[in-house]
Amino acid sequence: MVKTKRSKAGDLFVAFLCFLLVLACLLPMLNIASRSLSSAQALIRNEVTIWPKGFTLEAYKAVLSDSKYTWSLVWTAYLTVIGVIVSMTMTTLCAYPLIYDKLKGRRFINGLILLTMYFNAGTIPTYLLLKDLKLLNRPAVLVIPYCLSVFNMIIMRSFFYGIPDSLRESAEIDGAGPVRILINIYLPLSKPVIATLSLFYAVGRWNGFSDALMFMNKREYYPIQLLLYNILKSITSIDIQTQEGFTAPGLTQSLQAATVMFATVPILFAYPWLQRYFIHGATLGAIKG
Amino acid sequence: MTAIADPLSKKKKIIRTRNYLKKYWTLYAMLLLPIVYFIIFKYIPMTYIQIAFKKYSIVKSPWEMPWAGNHGFEYFIKAFSNRDFLFALRNTIMLNFLDLLVGFPAPIILAILLNELPYKRFKRFTQTVAYMPHFLSWIIVSGLAVQLLAPTSGLINIVLNRLGFGSIPFLNDSAHWVWTYVLLGVWKSVGWNTIIYLAALTNIDPQLYEAAAIDGAGRLRSIWHITLPGLRPTIITLLILNLGRILGSEFDRPYALSNNLVNNVSNVIATFIYTNGIRGLQFSLTTAVGLFQSVVCVIFLFAANALAKKFGERGVW
Repeated sequence: MVKTKRSKAGDLFVAFLCFLLVLACLLPMLNIASRSLSSAQALIRNEVTIWPKGFTLEAYKAVLSDSKYTWSLVWTAYLTVIGVIVSMTMTTLCAYPLIYDKLKGRRFINGLILLTMYFNAGTIPTYLLLKDLKLLNRPAVLVIPYCLSVFNMIIMRSFFYGIPDSLRESAEIDGAGPVRILINIYLPLSKPVIATLSLFYAVGRWNGFSDALMFMNKREYYPIQLLLYNILKSITSIDIQTQEGFTAPGLTQSLQAATVMFATVPILFAYPWLQRYFIHGATLGAIKG
Repeated sequence: MTAIADPLSKKKKIIRTRNYLKKYWTLYAMLLLPIVYFIIFKYIPMTYIQIAFKKYSIVKSPWEMPWAGNHGFEYFIKAFSNRDFLFALRNTIMLNFLDLLVGFPAPIILAILLNELPYKRFKRFTQTVAYMPHFLSWIIVSGLAVQLLAPTSGLINIVLNRLGFGSIPFLNDSAHWVWTYVLLGVWKSVGWNTIIYLAALTNIDPQLYEAAAIDGAGRLRSIWHITLPGLRPTIITLLILNLGRILGSEFDRPYALSNNLVNNVSNVIATFIYTNGIRGLQFSLTTAVGLFQSVVCVIFLFAANALAKKFGERGVW
């Protein structure tokens, strides 16, 4: 093996730049976590940087005792589970038949689906349709209208394409129908893509904001992002009106931080475990997109 | 075909069709729900687009609404004489252009850096951490940003003050807001967007680097002559897609980051449609604006693709 001419100094410089990026990604999270755990006095005196000062769980207690907020967390978790089940079912139902090249009308159906990726009707037509369907302000409006993503369908389909045709053909010779082949062969082999797409759908629902803002007026059905937005806006609007020279009371700051933490932590726990799966999905999605 | 004259082959055809359906009807049954979904939620809204050319009426279906003035183009003319819309149009183009300028090269540079990093464990750690912001919603990012960048109590300004600099009004002043918007976009997406470039880099033959090293090429020369050419097809593809989105607009990002002090730069087409359509009930006007946006996006995508092909690149399709 030829030792390349790369200098140690160069390697260290590259590592240093990457280290700066790591800091840029981690410090904001550390700062917000420390704020949520710091005392009001320390926050008012602007002493909190990356470690909690005057450690206290007051903010968390306050958030947890706010039934509106805890309800919204539970509700969003429920919506996310339902949403992932519906979306994965729809995605599989759409992707699987399209890998059969003998399927008559496949090209037409494919075109019908792909066209919606390049041209969509827009926000207002969708809104008016949902209004005509009497779906506005119903919980279902947070699940159904965007339940099937063409993007994710393509990812799943190309994963299915990667499964050797011979497996399917030999099962067909043994008399298995398409449904049995899907359940007994394709799904068990597709765990990586199922994990990836479930993560994408789950993150999409957990982070989903605009559909709720536009289609959901009932406060009891607000998903977490919409509630969080309202909380953050109601606090910062004071801050902005009074601008410099005014510091919001310390507890408000730590409350704000704690509400952000509650909405963030579930995701931060989920994604590193699935990292080895989603890299593949993300690569595919970006190429086909 | 003489199928009509030949009853035997006609019969055969029927039997074949019957066998085909017997074998594959379940596939059509599976497709039923997705197709119904696409028709209801993607195609039927397209029939509502005609509202852009009609006078909206709450009691009538889109088919029955009366045509708008000026041969149906009344609302397009109104949009282009609407000051808010023109601002939104300008802001959309400005923010997307800056995103392209800063946000597009960033993951390429990071991918090259990661590729140069010899410490495998540190590389994986960097990647894991850099992917994290992608999973945060813009609401959360704006929550982080508002606290971190606050004029008096934010970490960044505290540090600046301690170093003897004045505070920077990151989110409370139009010019600063624009750059904060762009840089937060880089922060959120740079790591995630390297994934595709890193995948492209695994296709480069390592022997090329060794050969280059034997010939005395340093780090920068081998990046220039090996790494970048290896990334070229991916860069072109993503550039086409990004150019196709130059008039597209995100909603969550400007909506979550904006505040009353920066409305003149933070209103984009998507937020214009929301405030004037769903909030303001001007459905014809905002449908017209949405249609304009979709059509321009499609045109740009095709144009960028055609241009890429003209220069001998692969294109998107």
